[in-house]
Amino acid sequence: MASVATQTSRQGSGPASGQAAAATLVQTPRATRTTIYLKMLMAGSGLIFIGFVLLHMYGNLKAFAGHDAFDEYAHHLRTMGTPILPESGALWIIRTVLVLSLVVHVYAAVTLWRRARRARTVRYQVKKHTGAIFASRLMRWGGVTLLLFIIWHLLNFTIGKVNVQGGATNDPYNLLVDTFDTWWLTLIYLLAMTMLGAHLHHGTWSAMQTLGLTGTERARVRSKRLAFAVAVVVTGGFSLVPIFVLAGVITK
Amino acid sequence: MRVTLKIWRQPDAATAGAMHTYELDTVSPDMSFLEMLDVLNEQLNAAGEEPIAFDSDCREGICGMCGLMINGEPHGPEVTTTCQLHMRSFKDGDEITIEPWRSDAFPVVRDLCVDRGAFDRIIQSGGFISVNTGSAPEAHSIQVPKEAADRAFDAATCIGCGACVAACPNGSASLFMGAKITHLGELPQGQAERDNRVVSMVSQHDHEGFGGCTNIGECTAACPKEIPLDVISQMNRDLRKALQHGH
Amino acid sequence: MTDMPDTTTTSDPSYHVPAEGESDDAAGYYVPGEPIVDTKAPGGPIDERWSTRKFEARLVNPANRRKLSIIIVGTGLAGASAAATLGEAGYVVKSFCYQDSPRRAHSIAAQGGINAAKNYKEDGDSVHRLFYDTVKGGDYRSRESNVYRLAEVSTNIIDQCVAQGVPFAREYGGLLDNRSFGGVQVSRTFYARGQTGQQLLIGAYQALERQVQAGTVTTYTRHEMLELIVVDDGEGKKRARGIIARDMVTGAIETHLADVVVLASGGYGNVFYLSTNAMGSNVTASWRAHRKGAYMANPCYTQIHPTCIPVTGSHQSKLTLMSESLRNDGRIWVPKKKEDCDKDPRSIPEEDRDYYLERIYPSFGNLVPRDIASRAAKYQCDDGRGVGPEVDGVRRGVYLDFADAIARLGRDAIEEKYGNLFDMYARITGENPYEVPMRIYPAVHYVMGGLWVDYDLQSTIPGLFVTGEANFSDHGANRLGASALMQGLADGYFVLPHTIRDYLADGPFEKVAEDHPAVVEARESVQRRIEHYLTVNGTRSVDSYHRELGNIMWEYCGMERTEDGLKKAIDLIRTLRDDFHRNVKVLGSADSLNQSLEKAGRVADFLELGELMCIDALNRRESCGGHFRAESQTEDGEALRHDDLYAYVAAWEFTPEDAGESWATPMGTPVLHKEDLTYTAIEMKQRSYK
Repeated sequence: MASVATQTSRQGSGPASGQAAAATLVQTPRATRTTIYLKMLMAGSGLIFIGFVLLHMYGNLKAFAGHDAFDEYAHHLRTMGTPILPESGALWIIRTVLVLSLVVHVYAAVTLWRRARRARTVRYQVKKHTGAIFASRLMRWGGVTLLLFIIWHLLNFTIGKVNVQGGATNDPYNLLVDTFDTWWLTLIYLLAMTMLGAHLHHGTWSAMQTLGLTGTERARVRSKRLAFAVAVVVTGGFSLVPIFVLAGVITK
Repeated sequence: MRVTLKIWRQPDAATAGAMHTYELDTVSPDMSFLEMLDVLNEQLNAAGEEPIAFDSDCREGICGMCGLMINGEPHGPEVTTTCQLHMRSFKDGDEITIEPWRSDAFPVVRDLCVDRGAFDRIIQSGGFISVNTGSAPEAHSIQVPKEAADRAFDAATCIGCGACVAACPNGSASLFMGAKITHLGELPQGQAERDNRVVSMVSQHDHEGFGGCTNIGECTAACPKEIPLDVISQMNRDLRKALQHGH
Repeated sequence: MTDMPDTTTTSDPSYHVPAEGESDDAAGYYVPGEPIVDTKAPGGPIDERWSTRKFEARLVNPANRRKLSIIIVGTGLAGASAAATLGEAGYVVKSFCYQDSPRRAHSIAAQGGINAAKNYKEDGDSVHRLFYDTVKGGDYRSRESNVYRLAEVSTNIIDQCVAQGVPFAREYGGLLDNRSFGGVQVSRTFYARGQTGQQLLIGAYQALERQVQAGTVTTYTRHEMLELIVVDDGEGKKRARGIIARDMVTGAIETHLADVVVLASGGYGNVFYLSTNAMGSNVTASWRAHRKGAYMANPCYTQIHPTCIPVTGSHQSKLTLMSESLRNDGRIWVPKKKEDCDKDPRSIPEEDRDYYLERIYPSFGNLVPRDIASRAAKYQCDDGRGVGPEVDGVRRGVYLDFADAIARLGRDAIEEKYGNLFDMYARITGENPYEVPMRIYPAVHYVMGGLWVDYDLQSTIPGLFVTGEANFSDHGANRLGASALMQGLADGYFVLPHTIRDYLADGPFEKVAEDHPAVVEARESVQRRIEHYLTVNGTRSVDSYHRELGNIMWEYCGMERTEDGLKKAIDLIRTLRDDFHRNVKVLGSADSLNQSLEKAGRVADFLELGELMCIDALNRRESCGGHFRAESQTEDGEALRHDDLYAYVAAWEFTPEDAGESWATPMGTPVLHKEDLTYTAIEMKQRSYK
């Protein structure tokens, strides 16, 4: 058992002796080296994503306004901020922020995940999870799933613009309709959105808790409700377009 | 009542442990859980097998010495300490799995006993108000709003049993720390050291090898004193303020 | 102002010989010794004695304090507060506890509160009144100088605890709340809901851990003191210079040497097996010191608390106290008819109920002091009118009924006041006390007796100080509610740090080598004992002996004691002790955590203490406080004190038996030293609660 060795070394250093204890006190504590700081980075980057998905979802709903409106909106994303910024300037700023946030978010997640694994190297034979909502237990593997989805999603809609029904296209609206007309693509997408909802359900609350905004019972209850609302709105909002495409309401 | 007990046995920290199965058929529903183990130990002793080591002291739910993982829940199925759990919470014929707290920061000492010295060191690192004996001002010179005093008290009811760590999927001691930080931070007396306290305690916590908090809430569900998750938020807020103040 | 007869002057050499007509029940069980006097308390007006002593106690230069080391055994209120304070002063402190953390000491379980003469309520309280109440409550068997000092420093304790962040209950204005407690007429009790002991201990524990960080205190957890090291200082004076402790995890027998040793190891109520003490509470540290020459004072003074949850069966490992505040609203009764005892209490009509406390004590009713309430419950049960399950053929329980209070005040009001206690009761018994009357029975709760100390809290062994419940000094024959926390913290924060410096001013003492014969002897005696327990290889478990001892003590040295019963108990204990050493079964090894081995050592010491308690009880043919001798009662069954004969502290000296051929020194006949109690600031009166 891997744990036994580490336990021995702790034991050997004299667990009950105050002298040994004093020797292991942290000498120069720094707030920026704590797990809570990591969590704050995670919360901050997470909030950026929450803002992003809300806007993204809003944009997607333009599909209901028809081909021209949607494409005009897509085009506007490239021209916003001009002429102060060059063409696509604002978009690249947003992309940079998102990529940085992703790096920070994933780095913090991986670090904390590894810490958690090291904190309990001998597992329980039986363990119940009283008090935890299911979503909270999906955060890590759910996060990995979302990461894979984002890669595929970027390949599909941003980088590759792969249209399963007809190769690359420069028409976002047609790409969207062609994609979600394919039942299994819609299915993958809806599953990913459910996972996103779960991630946001716990993540939104967790971010507020980590930032210390839920210090009273009322604030805690309120932020849990808000987190649920964000999850429902984002998942629901993103799911409308593919469902309506598949149902034949939104067509080319 | 008859129960089947699956109990973790481990001679010492350096030797690997394993689950052992025991049958006990003289259980009364009025027994406390630990009294049931006492009876088992008497039988083991009579049969020439070494009794099972487990910690308990006050057996009235306040010292925090006892603590067993019972069927996957710290302190078992009721919101209380192991010593206040009674066999009437179980049924005839039940199989009960008993394990020690699992945390690398709480190494197993023997069988079901663990070393929770890490908690003492977290308190050493800042869980106090620095006031030497004799230097205190007259008690009534410090007024504390009742709400603050009550909230401080609620947080201060923590018994340091470690159930929060045992329950946490990340092996975090955030509820324990948050409780102390909230207790002292709610009081005017605790303000002078507030920034240092949170930074030092959290640093020590991380140094001991506890995991980070992911706000799941299993700790507060396991806490025999029902300390709410708010205290972790308070701790996070204090750390954020300390960051702003340049710590 | 004293009404003490002058027959008890200490100079009279015939003092130990009972006068004509007096009985000497314990004749043959003890040897009369020289009187003992406290030489440290200054004379003069009582309210100046402590300042005088503080001034006269010599100082230790701060630079020298780093060269002086102090061992403190126990981390309850008395031990943790002393360790923190002495650490702050700059001494080198080693703090020991058998638990896995100093925070677990049993002070943590105290519920009610802590007294202090703050007079915040302006209801006529004062230092003098707290002093008066405490001496009277102790039935005039405590040392007045000590009690006055206790009352005096009580106010500092509250200041200190508040500054540490102890969350005492507060009023809406932000100031501290007080309540009246334990039958006194002023509100002087500070409290933190029902967890005052916990909050005070955590405060002291945090102060202690702060000193660990500062490097002045080193804590040794899961360590048990098994022997005291007493070394001749070369000038013919034997001084306490260290302890032998066992690391309970590794089994290592460690030698710890220091300039002075402080025992703050708590009380020995577990001699009764069932008590409200913690499972690990034991007498070993005190008893080992006693065997090395420290006198044990008034060991028979035991407080039996009336409101505990009754025993349910032979598996019972401990008893749980419920705050006696329950008696403010609950009415205590038993059925008038024996045949009603197993009926549903709600079906028993009012006229068939005996509210015996209200009947016998019309003016105090259910609020009579602890000892009276306890004894009255015992009488009802002995009379066959107890309720609850039969254990060993007797129903040991009486009803504490809230039906009237719920009808009068409403269920919500009762829930507000006692909700946590009701929940606790429901959890333990599985019964709902809002619907069915609670069942209660008395249980051993606290011991007033302990190692004899002088005004400086120093025992008869120079360099051995004793604080908190482990000493005998402040509570006389009975302790008032909310006074134990006060005494523990008074000793640790404010008394010991002043008195110990007078002793340390002579130090640092000559270094003791680890191979000094006295050290080697102490270490070897520990090793011999441990080896003995592991090699007896008999048939009975340690717990079975402990339980049997407890039954003997409870039966014959419990709430009511008689000459015949005590003599019988002494015989039974001696037989049991002999059997223990021949037939105990302790498995496992000495070099790892071995809880049976730990218990064996503790029970062996209880088996010796139990005998001394019975001898002390036998000697004291009077009833005072928690000690009730059936031979000394008024016509209507009330306790009767004999100030003319027993206004003294019985300080017992241990003597080893001459023919000690077995593995360990057996007990010889103890020597009784009497310390006269004289009162200059208060008049002795007989208690009456009718």
